[in-house]
Amino acid sequence: MSETFMEMSPADFFYRNRDLAGFNNPSRAVYAALRELVENSLDACELYRIPPNIFLRVSRENNDSTIEESNETYRIRIMDNGSGIPPEYVPSAFGQILFGSKYTLRQVRGTFGLGGKMAILYGQITTHGYATIMTSTGVATLKELALGADVDQNRKMLIVRLNLEAMELRGVDKAVLQRDVKLDGCSVQVNEKTIFLKPEDEADLKKLGDRLDDIPVTVGINEFEISIDIQQNKPRVRRDVVKPNPNRWRGTIVEFTLDGDYVKAMPRVLEYLQQTAMLNPYAEITFIDPRGRLYRFERVTKAMPPPPKETLPHPYGCDVETVQRMIANTNCTSLTTFMTTNFHRVGEKTAKAFLAEVGLIKIRNSKNPNGKGKDDVVGEKSPKRLTPEEIVRMVQTMKSFKGFLPPDSSCLSPVGEKLLEAGIKKELNPEFLAVSQRGASAYSGYPFIVEVAIAYGGGVPSSTGISLYRFANRIPLLYDEASDISRIVLNEQVNWRNYKVSADMPVVVVVHICSTKIPYKTVGKEFIADRPEVAREIKNGVSSVARKLAMFLTKKISVEHEKRRVDVFSRYLPKIAQFSADLAGEPEKSDSDYVEMVKPLLRSLIKYDREA
Amino acid sequence: MTAKPSRSSVKKRNEATLKTLRGFGREVYGQILKKQFPYTTIPSRSTSNIQYDEKLRQYVLGERSSRRTSRNIRHIRPFTQLIWTADFAKDLKTSGKTSTLRDVYYSAQAFDINFRDQQESDNIINDLETVLATAREDLNIFPEERSEIFGDLTIEYTVPGYEGRRINLTMHPDGVAIGPALTTAELIETTADKVIVIEKGAMFTRFIEEQAYRKFNAILIHTAGQPPRATRHLVQRLNTELGLPVYVFCDGDPWGMGIAITIICGSANAAHLKELTTQDARWMGLYSTDIQKYKLPSEKLQNVDIKRLLDMQKDPRCAGEPWSGQIEHFLKYRVKCELEAFSRYGLDYVVKKYLPEKMQELA
Repeated sequence: MSETFMEMSPADFFYRNRDLAGFNNPSRAVYAALRELVENSLDACELYRIPPNIFLRVSRENNDSTIEESNETYRIRIMDNGSGIPPEYVPSAFGQILFGSKYTLRQVRGTFGLGGKMAILYGQITTHGYATIMTSTGVATLKELALGADVDQNRKMLIVRLNLEAMELRGVDKAVLQRDVKLDGCSVQVNEKTIFLKPEDEADLKKLGDRLDDIPVTVGINEFEISIDIQQNKPRVRRDVVKPNPNRWRGTIVEFTLDGDYVKAMPRVLEYLQQTAMLNPYAEITFIDPRGRLYRFERVTKAMPPPPKETLPHPYGCDVETVQRMIANTNCTSLTTFMTTNFHRVGEKTAKAFLAEVGLIKIRNSKNPNGKGKDDVVGEKSPKRLTPEEIVRMVQTMKSFKGFLPPDSSCLSPVGEKLLEAGIKKELNPEFLAVSQRGASAYSGYPFIVEVAIAYGGGVPSSTGISLYRFANRIPLLYDEASDISRIVLNEQVNWRNYKVSADMPVVVVVHICSTKIPYKTVGKEFIADRPEVAREIKNGVSSVARKLAMFLTKKISVEHEKRRVDVFSRYLPKIAQFSADLAGEPEKSDSDYVEMVKPLLRSLIKYDREA
Repeated sequence: MTAKPSRSSVKKRNEATLKTLRGFGREVYGQILKKQFPYTTIPSRSTSNIQYDEKLRQYVLGERSSRRTSRNIRHIRPFTQLIWTADFAKDLKTSGKTSTLRDVYYSAQAFDINFRDQQESDNIINDLETVLATAREDLNIFPEERSEIFGDLTIEYTVPGYEGRRINLTMHPDGVAIGPALTTAELIETTADKVIVIEKGAMFTRFIEEQAYRKFNAILIHTAGQPPRATRHLVQRLNTELGLPVYVFCDGDPWGMGIAITIICGSANAAHLKELTTQDARWMGLYSTDIQKYKLPSEKLQNVDIKRLLDMQKDPRCAGEPWSGQIEHFLKYRVKCELEAFSRYGLDYVVKKYLPEKMQELA
């Protein structure tokens, strides 16, 4: 007997463990697939600050039967106006699991880098189809299409050597170049393999090379048919063509089939789209469901939050493996520079203090006791020469060292109070709305920002208890609400009676947490773990908006109370006038005369502005 | 026997009431014209403001009063009801019609100022009586309960349709109901020289059948328990307008005593009103002492009876004789006796023996 040992590819792994990525059952699969696709599209737009236009369509493959089955084949098509994907990356981006642009410390919607691919993989294993990808970046710069450029001093011109392979891949031909390549004060001549640029002013010649980046050239639309070789984790490309793109269309279209249960997934899908629209008021989302019903979530603003930036890891959140990789990749020759260049918010002084605490270096007493001037450092060495034990000790000290600055939130991209307000107004049109963005905070070395809103009345649905919309890095979280930290805070740490909120009121609380790493409790990424730092921020945020709601409710109650009061008075005062006039033997008047008579009295009762 | 002339003044009274009502209307309407929230002052009828006036020998309201203002959300509804009731009473008075408490309760609904219940409407009428210091009977509003009168008394109706018509109250052997028409009638003349007020209907009938009214030359009044205010007022008028002495004849128990006291000194409930008491009236039994004296069949006092007696001991109206002595006697012997107890000695015992003896005793 011998056991069989074999390597498993990542694609194979996720194929076997698809519930990790949220594809547990036919209805979750439909929901998860749509969600991942929408989020990829939003990310593709936001990174380049393009207000997203997303068109999503789910249609039934088998149109023969009129009744939607609980489990049938659907064709999903999503189109966005995002950055588009350069064709050379398309096969890997859609056909290779764990390949992508999301494996950095940046606030992004997904974190596995699985999303879209998992959807395609699931479609493939349920329907054995290929995914069709159509994408274009719209334009490429001339520099991207060139191998290089040489200055010809004699002829006073710049000779651009064209990359014919790239041109073919992007669908660029001579005619396109002739049309697109234009530079002010410069004559252009396009040949088969070269472009000659001759400036009118000789002095411009030197700078001309730098301007190649500024010249946009229309690129074609690349169309692929891709499936995933699950065992090898490699893309299989069945078709790869490039089509002309006269209108400079930019964006990505993904289309594939999958088996699932849309009927059951529908409520969640719609909920997801509405909440997404709420937190992304700058996005225009159109959805056509399998019955041909159109859902449109309109854009109300073109303002977008600044895109998130990549950031270095904070030492507090690093483990041994991460540090070892850094050491393997670094060119630094001293421990101090290694610390300052590889970690978030670590300066020279902090680095030295930290290294001294680990015991890797020693600092001779400074001549200047107040800390100014250079310290003498003993024991400085190249990080490559650290022993494994020293690395472990270093990582352990990273968790306990008190001298690190807290992580900086500049790498985060909260929605912002204005946009959050616009989004909630757009989707719920509430009678009252208060939003609050908390200051940056950190847990375990990861910066995070909590944004909270509370909406009351208007389009806010009434339900038993306070409704909660949760978002993490702008993704709506729809499952496992009861275990989520926000729900726990709302139910256990906020005394709603203090804020005049009762369970039957139409109140919704929106909590958005953005972080370089959302503290999800499970791989399913549906609820956030109970971190005291996060809980505190949520509680403070909720309290601050709830206070505003309480003020509003107090006034509303007063206004209603007054209205009821005035109603009572306006019911009885004219009668008093009428009866007393009759009793006094006055001649009879009409009802409206008596109403008129008591008007000054009624006016004196009104304290609140009715419009408020 | 000569007929006694009446000193009545029903018409004058009516005019005075109408004037009071109109004055109330002018006051309120004037406040509205001055852009003020109308208000009125109501003497407080709470027990702490009810005092016993030794001189008047009746309960009266003290100094305390409260302001009912339409500026107050809690007052505006009762205020409206008050002014409506006044207006309603004015209409009754000017058209010469009368109404019952129940009727008032229903009439309000036509004006969209519904009373919640009869109690609320009765309270508003009490308020109006207090504000105007005028009894509801003068506002032509009567309770449902009726008692009867019988005897040689000629009255002249003032109610529409009967104005000027005179009748003699012996005309019906069951007695004549003391309703609105009788209450507002002028008292013209009588040959009687006294009034006997009787608690029980059986005894009242017995007096008529035995022709006791002739023997005693009395006008008989049946109170049917606690006398209605209209009856008390009528007794008072018989006493003051015709100058007839009044004798009150009730059960020999604390409740019977209570009836006598109410007729003589009035009740705390009507402390806001005058002219319901007949100070000169005499209580002619049954006394506690009579139970022993005439060997009347008796029953044991119940706990409620004893409690009532103890309360009466503290009541200023019962301070003098014969009240205090009889209360003590009751408490000592702990028995009571109903008027019907005289049946033991035959039908005419009470007429022929008890009353003559008692009259003599009181004289």
